Amino acid sequence: MQTPTKTLLDLRPGSGTHPSPMSESAHSLRIPGVTQHLGKARRFVEKYAREANLDEETIAHVTMAVDEACANVIKHAYNEDGRDIAIRVAIDPERFTVCIEDQGRPFQPELWSEPDIFQIAESRRRGGLGVQIMRSLMDEVKYETRGDTNQVRLTKFRSGAPDRNSEKTA
Amino acid sequence: MERHAKSYETSDDMSNFSVGFRTEAHIRILDLNGELDAHTASELEAALQKCRQDEMYRIVANGRHLKYISSAGLGVFMAYIEEMREAGGDIKIAGLQASIFNIFDLLGFPLLFDIVEDEREAIRKFDANPDENAT
Repeated sequence: MQTPTKTLLDLRPGSGTHPSPMSESAHSLRIPGVTQHLGKARRFVEKYAREANLDEETIAHVTMAVDEACANVIKHAYNEDGRDIAIRVAIDPERFTVCIEDQGRPFQPELWSEPDIFQIAESRRRGGLGVQIMRSLMDEVKYETRGDTNQVRLTKFRSGAPDRNSEKTA
Repeated sequence: MERHAKSYETSDDMSNFSVGFRTEAHIRILDLNGELDAHTASELEAALQKCRQDEMYRIVANGRHLKYISSAGLGVFMAYIEEMREAGGDIKIAGLQASIFNIFDLLGFPLLFDIVEDEREAIRKFDANPDENAT
């Protein structure tokens, strides 16, 4: 019998840890949407990535992707007005997922195209690489907007994860 | 005015970054220390602006003590590289730790920047081409 899949949007906001059977867990953090809190967001995600026994490279990739997602929210969704960002880490035997939620201007992934670093340098711009980094570093990047809440869901599939139907416990 | 003063704000949560300046002959060496993210990228920008003010266009960014870089930090390098090259200089990036180099590599930065093993090699390359209009 399969364990019902948790819908991350259904997890209640706020700080806390919600242990559940089958070595699943979820952890929440809310930060003010200002760049000085990016370090806190990185350390929060890094802590749980390490606890989930991800390898060092994967930990670095997840941490950076979350930093980029939060920086994009601060700059583009919120236009630097400082509203809160909710970060949730969900861990199960198959995947390590981080959801970043905001109530700002939605990102439109259909309008995004891969940046050209030569063009950026030539025009002396300094931005536009965040989404590319998230896509390169994560196995899956999904955007969703429900009501006034935008969510980007960053997923790493865990190699060597036990089969979904396995009776193995941690 | 109170700015997000919350009890969980400790110095551990903040990104620490600093840039040290050295000058060797006609070359400005920037020692990058700590975490370069969207919060601290302005420090690197200020350092490059200082180089411009001092008319020092041959720059070595020594990343030996750079622990982290996000797109905001990479963006600062991109914003200044053309200007330094047009002025007859370059920004050579030296001594990156493997994990940081991987991020540069992932984005194709070795095609745009001269990324070298260490500071000495960067200086040698500048010295070998004193009138170089880099790549």
